[in-house]
Amino acid sequence: MPGHRVTLGVERPMRLDSGAELGPFEVAYQTYGALNADRSNAILICHALTGDHYVLDQHPVTGKPGWWEMLVGPGKPVDTDRYFVICSNVIGGCMGSTGPKETDPATGKPYGLGFPVITIGDMVRAQKLLVEHLGIDQLFCVIGGSMGGMQVLQWAVAYPESVFAAVPIATAARHSAQNIAFHEVGRQAIMADPDWAGGNYLLEGTRPHRGLAVARMAAHITYLSEPALHRKFGRNLQNRQTVTYGFDADFQVESYLRHQGITFVERFDANSYLYITRAMDYFDLAADYGGGTLSNAFRKDGKGTPVRFCLASFSSDWLFPTSESRAIVHALNAVAANVSFVEIRTDKGHDSFLLDEPEFHQVIRGFLDGCAEHRGLTRDSRP
Amino acid sequence: MSPLDDKQAAARAASGTGIRSDLKLIAEMVEPGSRVLDVGCGDGALLAFLSRQKGVDARGIELSMDGVHQCVAQGLSVIQGDAETDLKDYPPGAFDYVILSQTLQAMREPRTVLETMTRIGRRAIVSVPNFGYWRIRVQLLLTGRMPVTEKLGYQWWETPNIHFCTIRDFVVLAEEMGIRIERCMIVNGAGRVTGHAHSGLANLLGEQGVFLLRRD
Repeated sequence: MPGHRVTLGVERPMRLDSGAELGPFEVAYQTYGALNADRSNAILICHALTGDHYVLDQHPVTGKPGWWEMLVGPGKPVDTDRYFVICSNVIGGCMGSTGPKETDPATGKPYGLGFPVITIGDMVRAQKLLVEHLGIDQLFCVIGGSMGGMQVLQWAVAYPESVFAAVPIATAARHSAQNIAFHEVGRQAIMADPDWAGGNYLLEGTRPHRGLAVARMAAHITYLSEPALHRKFGRNLQNRQTVTYGFDADFQVESYLRHQGITFVERFDANSYLYITRAMDYFDLAADYGGGTLSNAFRKDGKGTPVRFCLASFSSDWLFPTSESRAIVHALNAVAANVSFVEIRTDKGHDSFLLDEPEFHQVIRGFLDGCAEHRGLTRDSRP
Repeated sequence: MSPLDDKQAAARAASGTGIRSDLKLIAEMVEPGSRVLDVGCGDGALLAFLSRQKGVDARGIELSMDGVHQCVAQGLSVIQGDAETDLKDYPPGAFDYVILSQTLQAMREPRTVLETMTRIGRRAIVSVPNFGYWRIRVQLLLTGRMPVTEKLGYQWWETPNIHFCTIRDFVVLAEEMGIRIERCMIVNGAGRVTGHAHSGLANLLGEQGVFLLRRD
């Protein structure tokens, strides 16, 4: 598989939010571009729930192009000719970083449900170790959408001195009750599959493909919007003239969702899905860092955060609606932080951050250019 | 955008002479290196000017999404928001100057906005069109219809300017609210009229007033 892998937590294990310890553990990551001489041009990309570190590479399992090629690359808003771009697979994931499908050195068997429950904070803690390993004191920018946006917020709150600029996209400072509910549906679908085998499917030689596919189908609906689904499929029938009065996939939208489910199970581990959705559910910055008030999370030693923020939301995103971003903006205003906020008009729903949205891309480019000027990154600061 | 005529923006773009004349007056009142919030910053012309020419830590808030896109895309720190709902979160004295240019008359609650501005800013800079300007008075007197001028080019039924005031009205409100007018410039098309907000001449000959305000 393309990319790098590093073993971290060797000298001492990493303490997790749950109190458990993890270490040594592996982090798989990928980098693009080159680090400049004073190590000031690094951008960390944080991936979403089912994402990975193959931002620009062809995916080693699906063969699809990198998931953020629209935004990242030579001459793109996140310009790899100018910035050193890092992206790592989250811990608990299944694309090379230590997660439930990897072997537990203590037992010689896959962790399965023996893997400790991790949080967004733990994912970021591991990323911090990776960034230190790469010799970078301060990231120029941390950027990510959805769960990636949660990690961006976590970075800014936990390590404000290590982040110059933060771009949380289509995200929230805490996972809403409705979103926890959707995740619970997904987890129950997985655990209801007999092939899940109490989480021991790797030892049992089975795979809970049906449960995981259903989880993905339900989740996928939340990433789109009603107008987008209607535009794409309407009530069109799938390769037939009339309905069949049965439970075959009569409608195109059913066929599409089934396809999404089937292809997903090829590349994703069911237990990872449980762990990562749980991490998102537990995310609540105000509770963890602000004593219940979000603005307090952005305050340290009586001063507002020094991090420059740019938030973006999408008008048709009902999973992480604009109101969630606006709540973060208000909290940042309350500490007089430097913040930009844009709602992008689109009907493509939550997934818009992965799609070709020119206005969104202009905003990211402009924000990064402005920050680069303030950070003193010149155009030709390449090594 | 400011609820005044868009033609001004077009003229500015065409002439390439930098910022609108009333924005220039505002910029004169801003100390270099200070922290500024421009409320209703439009396409960011004033913010860009202040940050480049005066080394100001310039922030903006703008209602229209097109305006916000233009601002952020040129690297300005601007949020999409409403002056009447999104200013209240800022802590007292968060900025050295809070600027509201030609927009007060379009607010649902101008008094509350002024109050918030003078709380979150150590100073506020407000520019308002003067409804007591002689041309406006003459139009109303002679035609008996709501005045439509070059600068205030809307018919009564389409105007976003729902709370017009005269310079005298503004001065009275400021006094009532315990807001000190530290400096003012009364101008019209021919240039500067006077620096005295209280003069009757100002209220007659001034097309607009630019006020530097501070809460006592």
